[in-house]
Amino acid sequence: MSDAQTQIPVTVLTGYLGAGKTTLLNRILSESHGKRYAVIVNEFGEIGIDNDLIVESDEEIYEMNNGCVCCTVRGDLIRVVEGLMRRPGRFDAIVVETTGLADPVPVAQTFFMDDDVRSKTRLDAVVALVDAKHLPLRLKDSKEAEDQIAFADVVVLNKTDLVTPEELAKVEATIRAINPAAKIHRTTRAGVALSEVLDRGAFDLSRALENDPDFLEAHDDHDHDGHDHHHHDHDGHDHHHHAHASDIHDVTVQSVSLRGGEMDPKKFFPWIEKITQMEGPNILRLKGIIALKGDDERYVIQGVHMIIEGDHQRAWKDGEKHESRLVFIGRELDAERLKKSFDACQVT
Amino acid sequence: MPTVAPLDLEGHCVAAVFLGDVPHFALADGAIHRLDHGHKTVQANDGLLAAFHDAANDRLITGGEDGKVFAVKAGGEATELTSAGKKWITSVAAGPQGAIAYATGKTAFVRFADGKTREFVHPRSVEGLAFSPKGMRFGVARYNGATLHFPAAEGKPVELEWAGAHTGITFSPDGAFLVTTMQENALHGWKLADGKHMRMTGYPGKVKSLSWSVKGKWLASSGAPAAIVWPFSGKDGPMGKAPLELGTRGNAMVTAVACHPSQDVVAVGYDDGMVMAVRFADAKEVLLRRPGKGAITSMMWDKEERRVAFGSAAGDCGVIDISA
Repeated sequence: MSDAQTQIPVTVLTGYLGAGKTTLLNRILSESHGKRYAVIVNEFGEIGIDNDLIVESDEEIYEMNNGCVCCTVRGDLIRVVEGLMRRPGRFDAIVVETTGLADPVPVAQTFFMDDDVRSKTRLDAVVALVDAKHLPLRLKDSKEAEDQIAFADVVVLNKTDLVTPEELAKVEATIRAINPAAKIHRTTRAGVALSEVLDRGAFDLSRALENDPDFLEAHDDHDHDGHDHHHHDHDGHDHHHHAHASDIHDVTVQSVSLRGGEMDPKKFFPWIEKITQMEGPNILRLKGIIALKGDDERYVIQGVHMIIEGDHQRAWKDGEKHESRLVFIGRELDAERLKKSFDACQVT
Repeated sequence: MPTVAPLDLEGHCVAAVFLGDVPHFALADGAIHRLDHGHKTVQANDGLLAAFHDAANDRLITGGEDGKVFAVKAGGEATELTSAGKKWITSVAAGPQGAIAYATGKTAFVRFADGKTREFVHPRSVEGLAFSPKGMRFGVARYNGATLHFPAAEGKPVELEWAGAHTGITFSPDGAFLVTTMQENALHGWKLADGKHMRMTGYPGKVKSLSWSVKGKWLASSGAPAAIVWPFSGKDGPMGKAPLELGTRGNAMVTAVACHPSQDVVAVGYDDGMVMAVRFADAKEVLLRRPGKGAITSMMWDKEERRVAFGSAAGDCGVIDISA
């Protein structure tokens, strides 16, 4: 088509009421960063800025009629994005603010499953705002708080001034246990650099693993079967107290990090297809870098439930270890079985 | 040979219509352009999202980002009919006796000719609106089906259920059938007399444009590399019958269809901007316009059946004269 336009990046903001979403939104809308944002909100509510490009939209979750319960999209976003994209040039990017209790999955899947939306926009990153003081309580009384963290690319751990250093360390460890892949920023008054939440390219296969979260980096000195094997050394000042995932009874999301050598593409691709088909409803996110036998480029994959995407990223560097790394974040994942079947895909 | 009088505009054309015998082009920015002894413009909504041609009153009803509904008449008259607040007006329709309907979020409104308005709140978002050609009745496309309201009377609405998200809606010209477009690549229909279902599937893309042929004998649709034209002349509609596939192209998708006012011919617009006219009887094709800058979004025949107004997603609009 001759009217092809560049895809507009979309940032999704999740987080409970009071976690600081509105503060962050107001900053995005008012700070001078040379970009114009269209913002899709559930209610005009607190945003004190008059802007034609703030659109109120009723959350409308549509199950796709294909028998798959996890294939959900946000019908309202399809409509609003289509409307906004009929007048491109008014804005450079879109921010979607979700309600406190929103499930981030349908929001994200909209940008993969709807052809019209996908052709005009691309999901940039999912940012979760977390209230350092109230997170433990939130995790006790809802599944959504956990889902939002599990699904995030960036976690803004806000209101850190309201907790003690010990409490903060514990909350951060909890977040790490739920999602070892996310980048965490400690803030007060949502004071994170906007460059850390906008234009992240977290779903862009060529960029997603550029700044490899260190869980995906090669660390030969670590054992490779732990699902949260080295989050403990994140805050060096606080060695005496760590919240291990197993101590947090209210967490039901787990992550499984796998590491192996070169993979046989004839085994790996059928395996990952089968896993995402069968375990799709339990998998919130997956990300990985795969070393394929006979391939001189790194192969990167990412997934949301049953949707999976993969592509070559870049050539392996000289001396770089041809290693495959894959992390699943989800519920009721059988770590042993995943590890065994993953290992079986290796070149023997 | 058909000739094309181009009108190159900036922006997405939401609707190309004839008001009187003047071609009008409603763009997404709310400007209504017309070719009336030269190029003229009148402003309707600040951000135009939905438009419906009210044939009985020879006007275009528009709704937009500004939460307002306008009526645009030939001669450049744009009147604000109503305002529903800050939320987007996502769908508009016109019905008998000068009534119009519009929707914002989960609420559908009917505004009668005398200005009296009734509100119909739904549990889910109102995705599409259409009046029945007979009686004071209108339908709402919604998640998991459609709802029929009788706004001139009290009483319960009629609920028509079918799993999935229904995004658009149209009644057959005789009022016997109701057809919805869906989020999945399909149409769904109901025979209103007995509620019988009609599944119309097999599209490679979403159906965004529907057009009934003269007397409602056929329903033409977009969403495939050909115009898919379903037979509705039988008492059970298209059930058990195959649709016609007209104007098939290997490398382009049909994005807009407009049936001829009196003959079994359909104007077919494609995603590359090409327009063809195709006869149902023998599938004979006539090229009306070569590919342009953007996908065809809207088309309409004039009353004299001589011209086709067309609009595109890239703003390269125009009028095709087939008699020249």
